[in-house]
Amino acid sequence: MPNSKNSDRVRISVGPQHPALKEPESFTLALSGEKIMESSVRLGYNHRGIEKACEERTYVQDLYLIERVCGICSHSHSTAFIQAVEEIAGLAVPKRALYIRSLIGELERVHSHLLWLGVAGHEVGFDTLLMYTWRDREVVMDLLAALTGNRVNYGINTMGGVRRDISEEQKAQILKAVDILEERTRYYIEVATSEPTLINRLAGVGKMLHDDAIRLGAVGPTARAAAVDRDVRRDDPYAAYGELSFKVITSDKADIYGRTLVRVGELMEAYSMIRQLVKNLPDGPVTVKAPRRVQAGEAVSRYEAPRGEDMHYVKANGTDRPERVKVRAPTLANVQAVSHMLKDGYLADLPIVIAAIDPCFSCTDRAIALREDGGSKRTMDWLSLRSYSIDWHRKRGIDFTDLNKRFRAGN
Amino acid sequence: MSAPSQEPTIQEELQNAFPFLREHIKVARERRVFVETPLENFQEVFEHVVKKMGFSILCTITGLDMGEKLGAIYHLARPTGVILSLSTNVSKQAPVIHSITPYFPAADAYERELVDLLGFKVEGLPAGSRYPLPDGWPEGQYPLRKDWKASMLEKDEGKNAQ
Repeated sequence: MPNSKNSDRVRISVGPQHPALKEPESFTLALSGEKIMESSVRLGYNHRGIEKACEERTYVQDLYLIERVCGICSHSHSTAFIQAVEEIAGLAVPKRALYIRSLIGELERVHSHLLWLGVAGHEVGFDTLLMYTWRDREVVMDLLAALTGNRVNYGINTMGGVRRDISEEQKAQILKAVDILEERTRYYIEVATSEPTLINRLAGVGKMLHDDAIRLGAVGPTARAAAVDRDVRRDDPYAAYGELSFKVITSDKADIYGRTLVRVGELMEAYSMIRQLVKNLPDGPVTVKAPRRVQAGEAVSRYEAPRGEDMHYVKANGTDRPERVKVRAPTLANVQAVSHMLKDGYLADLPIVIAAIDPCFSCTDRAIALREDGGSKRTMDWLSLRSYSIDWHRKRGIDFTDLNKRFRAGN
Repeated sequence: MSAPSQEPTIQEELQNAFPFLREHIKVARERRVFVETPLENFQEVFEHVVKKMGFSILCTITGLDMGEKLGAIYHLARPTGVILSLSTNVSKQAPVIHSITPYFPAADAYERELVDLLGFKVEGLPAGSRYPLPDGWPEGQYPLRKDWKASMLEKDEGKNAQ
């Protein structure tokens, strides 16, 4: 029964701390029954004063601080920042370093999009998808750890290039991992385009049409899913993107289903770019000597992060510390579209509508056991963890051995 | 691949429309143009750039503490990848600028940043919750001003506790 009178509306707060949210933010909703009539958002709970802190530290220190703006697209921020600094300092970064930056950037996109796909599955009650994608995401996380030393906050960038080179063995390792990931992603595309549970839950939810996406300044996959054909990698190329061939994936569905299709499509493009980068990796040094002090000047740098456009502005004053560092992360551009997407939707759709812009929340690091001295009995590898789990269930009377055998036989 | 170089035409068009900008346009590199305009001409230059020159995307607004003055840089982009950074400045005594939300409704978050972090006054900014500082933040403290130190907050804490 429609309610037009404001007095019949129920106002509720969601956040800043709420089980439906993965990061602190606060929504105030006006409901008529289950329908969201109006919403407003309050942000700032995660404000850490990084821009101010950057003014008090040297460029090299800032690079590590900036990398921690985000726990998922950390390389995006670090590259956006250092590109601006290098432009002011007039540094000619070696081509090999630019290729490695793009390579890490695309691997980061793969891990971020797989993470998103899992979160989206979880938010709509399709936890199998979460388990599958996050298992497969480990392939790219392990690869990032092997190439850079870290699962997140890779620390690969330095002023004038990158800190680690890529060996021939690593190239082979990357190509092998990409083959596995590509095969898995093909399966997810099949799931996304044929599984009615997912399609019916996502189609028509969180609508944002093309003109609204433009008016509200949406960026990244959120905008591209409303047929906004924009991608900084193509439009304002940086690092090695000017030398790669790739498609900008868009969808005209303008809903969360479209945002899903764009992201899985971008995964396939990322694999193609990674192969091109590995195959065409130029010879030569990976860094040039950079000065400690940076001459006065200013630069604007953009980067297509997994969530959309990152924008950094750096102003230098001739010392070893910047005069001003400004960071605009994609979530700030997209979160303003969330209120629009929520309107006329249902309260139960709130978690997936918010998750669908892929808001940036810090992902927790975890340790990898690299020691092989046998001293640590508490760490378990994948196989022993799996057999522990099977034994644990078997002791309690749950045994899938026969079932597994039947599945393998194809019955 | 990007379109052929657009910067010289941008520079020429701006100079023709606004002769006083002649000395204040800088092409830093391909796809990067910086323009500085006095406050009294800001509105007309901004409108021209957005409505007539195709800079239809607002990337963000950067606020600056320039000593005696406060600066605001509006980073505008064309879909083809060129960024025009249009800057202006105001005195710290009367740091008043006009809201650009009539052109870009989503600009309010960026303008609220200018208000909270640098102490700008933005005329025409729609009502709404502040951003990004908390509601109980002491008045008159602007963290991105150069003379602001975190210790000033500690001194003020008792006074403003609720």
